[in-house]
Amino acid sequence: MKTSVWSILSIFILTLTGCGEQQQSEPISEADAPIEVSEPTGIEPIPRVERLRVATTTSLYDTGLWGYLEPMFEEAHGIELDVLYAGTGRALDWGRRGDVDVITVHSRNREEEFVTDGHGVERVPFAYNYFLIVGPESDPAGISGMSPEEAVVALMETGEVPFVSRGDDSGTHGKEISIWASAGYDYDEDVRTAGEWYVEGGSGMGPTLVMADEMGAYTLSDIGTYIAYQGDLTLVPIVDEGDALLNVYSVIQVTTSKDPELSAALVEFLISDEVQQLIGDYGVEVYGRQLFTPCAGEEL
Amino acid sequence: MSQLTEAFGIAIRMIFSGDPVVYSIALRTLLIASVATLFASMLFVPLGCLIYFGRFRGRRLVVAFIQTMYSVPTVFVGMLVFLLVSRSGPMGSMGLLFTPWAIILGEIALIAPIITGLTISALQSTGQGLADTAAALGASRGRIILKVLSEARYAVLTSLLMGFGRAVSEVGIAIMVGGNISGYTRTLTTAIALGVGKGETAASIALGLILLSLAMLVSIAVNLMQNRAG
Repeated sequence: MKTSVWSILSIFILTLTGCGEQQQSEPISEADAPIEVSEPTGIEPIPRVERLRVATTTSLYDTGLWGYLEPMFEEAHGIELDVLYAGTGRALDWGRRGDVDVITVHSRNREEEFVTDGHGVERVPFAYNYFLIVGPESDPAGISGMSPEEAVVALMETGEVPFVSRGDDSGTHGKEISIWASAGYDYDEDVRTAGEWYVEGGSGMGPTLVMADEMGAYTLSDIGTYIAYQGDLTLVPIVDEGDALLNVYSVIQVTTSKDPELSAALVEFLISDEVQQLIGDYGVEVYGRQLFTPCAGEEL
Repeated sequence: MSQLTEAFGIAIRMIFSGDPVVYSIALRTLLIASVATLFASMLFVPLGCLIYFGRFRGRRLVVAFIQTMYSVPTVFVGMLVFLLVSRSGPMGSMGLLFTPWAIILGEIALIAPIITGLTISALQSTGQGLADTAAALGASRGRIILKVLSEARYAVLTSLLMGFGRAVSEVGIAIMVGGNISGYTRTLTTAIALGVGKGETAASIALGLILLSLAMLVSIAVNLMQNRAG
C-alpha cells in the first residue's frame, strides 16, 4: 500500500517537473544541445530543461507576438522560455525582485529609472506603434480630430461620457496619466475624483477594451491590442494623432538574471535583423495591417 | 444567444475530439491539486487529530480560528506565497516561483484549514460516545485514538475531497505564483481567466465544462462518503 502511494507520487512529480504540451519531440541538433550535468547517484536523471523567464507587458502577449516568437527562441537555444504577462509596473517589480530574467515593457521613464537603479543592464528599444483613444462610433463627447490633450479636457468638461482607465500601473496607464498631466490636470486630485464617468478598470488591455465596449465608453489603447480585438468590438479609433501617442517597446536584461548569457541572447534575438523583420510583418496577414514597427538601433 | 450556443457546440467538440491543449491543461490541474491534497492530508489530518485529542486550554478558540480560515481569500494566500518564494523572499533560493511547486505550496496552505477543521468535526461527530465507551472498557489511549479514527474514516476522506475541490477550482494562487505560463503552470482556472480576457469563448467554455465535471465527480464522491459515514 505504502509503496503504491509513493510510486503514484513519484509519477506526479516526474510529470510536473517535465512539461506538458510543449515537450519537444524532435531531437535537438548536437550543436544546440544544452550541456547535460549527470547526476552522481546512478539513477537515471530526469531530463532537466533549462528555463528562462521573460516578463512582458500585456499588449505584447495579448496580440500574440510573444506566442509567435517564443518557439523560435526555444528551438534556437534548446530551452524553455516562460513568458509571464503583467502590466509594466508589475513586470518591473518582478525584475527588481529578481524573479524574471528579461523584461519587455513600454514606459520610458520607468525603464530608465530601472536601469539607473542598477536593476537592468540596458534599455533597448525594439519596436513601436501608437496609442489611440477609442470610443463609440457616435463620439458622444465630440472629441474626434482633437489632439489627445484637447480630447481629455473635453472629456473632463463633458463629465458624463464614461472613460475606462486601465488603472493598473501599466505602461498604458502611465501614458494616460502623462496626457492628463500635460493637459493641466493633477491625476490623483482632479481626475480620479472627477466623478462616476471616470472608471478605473484595473484589468489588462484586452479586458479593458471589452469593458469599454460594454459600457459605451472611451479608453486609451495601444493600437496592437486594439487591432487584435477589433473583430469583437464596436469601438472605433477616435483620436489617433499627436506626439503624445507614441508607444515604444523596450527589452531589458535584468542584472540579477541567473543566466546572463541566455538573457543577453534573448535581447539580441529581438533586435536581430531576422526577428525585426518578423515583428514588422506580424499580424499583417491576419489583420491586414502592421501591429508593430521594428526600431532596433533607433533612439526612441 | 446564437453566439453562446455556437461556442458551446465548439466547446463540446473540443472536449470529445480530445483537444491536446485542453486535456494537458486539465491533466496538469488535476495533478497539481492532487499533489497538494496528498501533502496537505499527510500534514493536517494528524494535526486535526492532535487538536481533537489534545485537551488543551484555548482549544475552542483554535477551532474557531481554523473555521474562519475556511474562507480565506485565495489572492491573499497567493500574495503571501509570492512574498515567500520570490527570489528576494525567505524561500527565494529554492527557485519555486512561477513553477507548479509554488502553486502546490499555495494550495496546501489554502486547504490546510479545511482539512484540519473538517477532520476535527469528523472526529467530534463520531468520537465522543465511542471514546467514552472504549475508555470505560479499559482501552488504552492509543487504541481509543485508532478506534475513533477508523470509525470516522469516511468523514475524514470527505474533508480531503472538500480540500481537493477548493484547490482544483481556485484561481488567485495559480495566477499569482504560477504565472499562467503556457505548457507549464497554466491551469483550468487561469486558462479560463486568460481566455475570457482574449474573447476566446469556446475554449473557455470547454475548460469550464471540464472543471465543472471535476467538481461534480468530487461532489458525488462526497455524497457517497457521507452515506457511508452516516
